Parts: sequence; C-alpha cells; structure tokens
Amino acid sequence: MSARLGWAPYALLLPSIAFLAIFFAAPMVQAFALAFEGADGGFSFTHVDRMLGDASFRSALFTTIALVVLVIPVQFALAMSMALVINARLKGQGLWLYVYALPLGISELAAGIVWVSIFTQTGWLNSILMGLGITERQIIWQSGESPWLLIACIVIAEAWRATSIIMIILVAGLQSIPREFLEAADIYGATTWQKVRRVVLPMLRPSLQVALILRTILAFQVFATVIALAGTGIDVLAAEAQRWATDIDNDNVAAAYAGLILLLSLFSTILFLVLLPTREEHQA
Amino acid sequence: MRTDDRLRRWRLPAVMAAAVLALGACTAEESPGASAGASAGANAGAEAGEIVMVSSQLVPTAEQETMNNEILANFEGTVDFIGLEAGPFNDQIRAEAEAGEGEIGIIGGLDGEFDAFGPDLLMDVSDLAEELADLGINEDYLELGKLGTDTQYYIPWMQATYIMVARNEALEYLPDGADINALTYEQLTEWGANIEAETGERRLGFPAGEDGLWHRFFQGYGYPSFTGGVNTTFTSPEAVEFWNWLSDTWQYVNPQSTTYGFMQEQLQSGEVWVAWDHVVRLIDALESDPEGFTAFPAPSGPGGRAFMPVIAGLGIPNTSANPDGAKELIRYLLSPETQATTLNSVSFFPVISAELEGDLSAGLQAEADAVQTMQAADDALPALLPTGLGEEGGAYNQVFRDAFQRIVMDGEEPAEVLESLLPNLQAVFDTSEAPCWAPDPESDGPCQAQ
Repeated sequence: MSARLGWAPYALLLPSIAFLAIFFAAPMVQAFALAFEGADGGFSFTHVDRMLGDASFRSALFTTIALVVLVIPVQFALAMSMALVINARLKGQGLWLYVYALPLGISELAAGIVWVSIFTQTGWLNSILMGLGITERQIIWQSGESPWLLIACIVIAEAWRATSIIMIILVAGLQSIPREFLEAADIYGATTWQKVRRVVLPMLRPSLQVALILRTILAFQVFATVIALAGTGIDVLAAEAQRWATDIDNDNVAAAYAGLILLLSLFSTILFLVLLPTREEHQA
Repeated sequence: MRTDDRLRRWRLPAVMAAAVLALGACTAEESPGASAGASAGANAGAEAGEIVMVSSQLVPTAEQETMNNEILANFEGTVDFIGLEAGPFNDQIRAEAEAGEGEIGIIGGLDGEFDAFGPDLLMDVSDLAEELADLGINEDYLELGKLGTDTQYYIPWMQATYIMVARNEALEYLPDGADINALTYEQLTEWGANIEAETGERRLGFPAGEDGLWHRFFQGYGYPSFTGGVNTTFTSPEAVEFWNWLSDTWQYVNPQSTTYGFMQEQLQSGEVWVAWDHVVRLIDALESDPEGFTAFPAPSGPGGRAFMPVIAGLGIPNTSANPDGAKELIRYLLSPETQATTLNSVSFFPVISAELEGDLSAGLQAEADAVQTMQAADDALPALLPTGLGEEGGAYNQVFRDAFQRIVMDGEEPAEVLESLLPNLQAVFDTSEAPCWAPDPESDGPCQAQ
C-alpha cells in the first residue's frame, strides 16, 4: 500500500515541517544557545548560575509550580462538569456553549484587567460583599503582604479564563464515545456516577491526556494574569524572563528562564504520557 | 435555482460587511499620521515632508492620541508618532544604526537614553541650538545635551518631576505643626499613622507595581534626602536609617501598592489618600477635582529636600530619513505655543524661559505651584536621573527594587542586604564606566559605589 504512495505523503508534509523548523525549532535552538553562550563564544554556565542565584528565583519557581498544581485540578473538575452539561444536550444548550466559550475571546491581559476591577479594594467584589452586609470594611485582596490570597485570586481568574479550552477538547472527546456503551451501561442498571466512572472517563482518556498536556504547558507560562493581579507582589518564571529581557536588558538570563520553562513543560508532558497511557479500546 | 435563493439572502449582509471593512481600513490608515486634516491643507509643508518620530516618552495610548491630535496638530509636515517601550525603543534605534539606514527621522527620549546611544549614533545639532538660543532654553539641560562633549547632540524638549498629592479629607490628620509644603519624612509617617489610627485604613500609597516608577523614589528622593548622595552612600548608616524609615512607614501604606502603576487612579477611587508619583501620572486626579486634591512638594530628610528633574530631549540619528524635516519638527516643538500646548495637554513642563501664552488649568496650576515650591525651597537638592549607564540602566534600577523587596517586603536586615547588593551596583558602573552624577561628588572614571 505505502509503496504506491511513495514520497507523496512526505512531500505534502514538507511545508508544515519547514514552517515548524523555521519558526519554532530554529528560535528554540537560538534561545538555548543564548542561555549557554560564554563571553568568548564558548559554552558557559554563567547565565544559568546567575538565574539560580537571583533573589527571586526560588519564589518564582515555587509560585509557578504551586499555580500549576492548584489551577489544573480546579479547571479539570469544572471543565468536566461543563462538558457533561453541553453533552447532555439540554434545552438551550446553544446558550450554555456560548456563555462557556466567552472567555476564549479575550486576551490573557484583558482577562487579568477584568479581574483587577473585581478584586481591587474599591472593586466589585468588595462592593457586593459590603452591600450584602457580609463585611463592613473593604478587604484588600491584592495585597503584596498576603501571597496566598494573591495566588487564590490568580487561580480564580485563570479558572474563569482558560477552562473553556479544556471543555472544548472534552466535549469533542465525549461526543466520540459510541452511544452503544452508554446504552449497555443503562441496561445493566448503572447509576450516572458509575457510568461516568466506568464508561465515560476511561474512554475519555485520550482527550484527557491531550487536554492535560496542553493546559499544563500553558499554565507554566502564566504571565499576564499574574502581572495584572499581583504586580510585583509575587514572582513567576515567565515574568522573571520578561524582566531580565526588557528591564535588566540581559537576554542570556532571560533565555535561561525560558529554557527552564521548556524543561518543566517537557517533564510534565512525559509524566502525563506515562501516567495516562492510551490504548486502542474501541472493540465492540 | 435554490442555490440562487440562498446566495441572494447573503448579498445584503456581504455588502454591509464590505462597507464596514472599507470604513475601518480608511480610519485605520488615518489615525497614525493623524494630522491628516491639518496637513492636507498646508502644502507649504513640502519642506518638512513626512517624518517618523520614535519616542520613549508619551507612550501610553491616551498620551499618543494627545500628541497626534493636539500637540502636532499645527505642524506643517506629517508626523508618524510612534511611542515605544524601552526594549523595542532601544532595539529599533540600534538596529537602524547598525544597518546604516532606516525609517526613523527623529528620536524623542530621556537624557539617560541619549547618553546610552552615544555621540556616534546622533547628528550634530549645534547650529540648531544656536538658532534657538533666543527661546532661553535651560542652560543646564543644554549642557546635558552635549553628552559630555563640546558638541550638541540633543535639544532639550520637555521636563517633568515627581511630587506628592493628597485627598483633602486626609489633611485633617496632618501632625500638629506640620506645614504641608515643608513636610519631613518623619511627619509623613506620623500622618499615615494618624490616618490609620482614626480610620483603621492604610492610606499612604506608592507606585511599587510593575509599571510604577518606584525606583526613582529611591534614586531621587529617599536616598539623597537621608544621605545626601546615592551611589557613594549606598551602604552608609544614613542609608540604613532610610530603609528603617521605609519599613516603619510601610505599615501605614496600602499593601496593594505592589500593583500600583499610576497613582492617579487610586487617588480618585479613594483607595489611597496620600501618594507620591510622576507629575504626568497624578494630573488626572488634580484635573478631575481641583477642589478635592492638594499637590505638594516631596518631604525633606536629614540630607535635604531631594527631588529628581526628568529631562526629555530631541535628537536626530545619523541614519535619519529626513534630517531637514526633523529640524523643522524640533523648531516647532520648542516654540512657545507648542510648549504651552504640551504643558496643558500632557503636563510635561517647558524647558524654555520665553513667556508662555494662556492660562493654565486648575490642576496644572496646582502641579506647577508644587514644583515651584520644591525647586525654590531652602533645602532643595536636585538629584539627577542616572546618566551614562547605557544598557545597564535596567540592572541599576533592579538593585534598588531588590533592596526594597528584601528589606521592606521580606523583612531582611538592611545593612546585610545593602552589603550583599553592593557588588551588583558596582558591576553596573564597571560595565558602563559611568562616572558619578549629582548629588554624588564627581568622580574620575567609573563611579565607586560604597
């Protein structure tokens, strides 16, 4: 069969490969070169050392990982329920899909600014809380002195902003589950929870894997939301990279930070591939 | 037949969409060169022609709009005004210099930025400076425009500084015997403490966020006021006193300050009652409610009442695409009418001493008065913007930001933190070979931080 196709498939793939090579692979190689280039053009660890020795490195690394660990489960639980709602094809389903997909239409920074108007001291949240009589004083949610409160604000903002991406992948996955399996489960008297646990989730594995990997990679790059909500109150890796590149004008250390983000993304991808292996299970 | 019906249904929406897109394209083309209206009529502008102006000042969108619609409105040529953040600003100008040709016609930047570009990149404008001598451009600033040589490389354009503004409801909490136009830093702390004691809220505010100019507070106000110097007194006992003062005062400062970039927003919303910031970032509050706010000079410390004048200038790169047009633009921007418009629209103060026509708005008058009071004070101590640091400017600012983060936010010992940051500071001077600047005493060769 493949003998007949010959080199045609590869030729068709060539434009995509060229695009990826020029716009992704080449800059990535250049970035790594930047991170490790020595003063005399050779290989050097100076920039990596400088990154590791920076006062904000440890807190940036810890905060980024903490954000990823906190945001992903929240988003997946939310996305799963949203996807099940969409998939149930209730009345007015079109409206639900529209409402859920709204946050996809705005940029990360715009979302951050929207949430600032909610969390700021004279913002919506305090107005609502005080109006309902729950608090008497304005609470300072974005205080640089309470980093965990800031992290909570960012988790909420990120959950609002990015859950739709996961939801859409899960909806697609749900719709590819053959109805026969669910009908068979009904015949055997399974409850909804059993159906979800025993039929839906296992068959959703490929979609879950894809969504997890995608979302985790994006989560390691969290930047604009943090800048908008926390300012200099907490550090994250992407913000440090930007600071070294623009404020301190040192592209080498910025490249080191970028390289670190890449390594973390790679590590988590491999982790998910190992923990969530997908098998072809579509036998009747 | 059925296909025709379906297509017919889409005809009207398609035509409407095309019309909207065409309209959008027209307006999009017009806005950058904005003075389309003015320049369409004035064909005498053939001399000035089209110029691309790249500027690190007036970058926020609102200010760019004002530049295009008000300040440049009466210019005879067409100006494509591009406001850029520090990174792209540096990159673009340096790239064109390296390439040996480019589209940029004229550069608007800070004194420190021109210093970084250096004489090699800029055109000699000494003849233009002589021509404009009648306007009475500030002598000190003209001198700065020579970048340490005998040749004029940039013409001073406008200036700004940093002051403080308070909501009037805060005035009743001033300490006894304090004169708001001659406060000390100790009195500022007491003021904050009084407000917190009476209202339970922390109402002092500083722009300690990502976009905030917080590092200028240390370089131009805090350090010189307490120690009389900046780099040569970095680890001195007086500096430790300054940091202790800041740590003490921070308990009366709104903790959300780490997100603040432009203090006028917080002043207007009431989150902050007493703020320090750049004049341009406070003007909205003063304009919106002149009766509700008071502008006043920064406080004084043991070393004097330090303040930082910010000088912006206009320079012509050697690779300029339109040097004659650039000179026309400089003449225009330095004229009394335009200097007055600049002051009124973006609240950057003039650099010429020629009479400006017209009255100032109430908010601007308040700022101008505060600036005047500060400059005329007996203990006034001008502390210049860092000069000659070139690409190390960011690293220099970072030293002070790190000191703030570690001492005030993380609670480390000031003396230890300053000692550990001293090598970073010296590295900046060793790499840039910049000499010390006022109020530090002049140095032979690179500044020696202590």
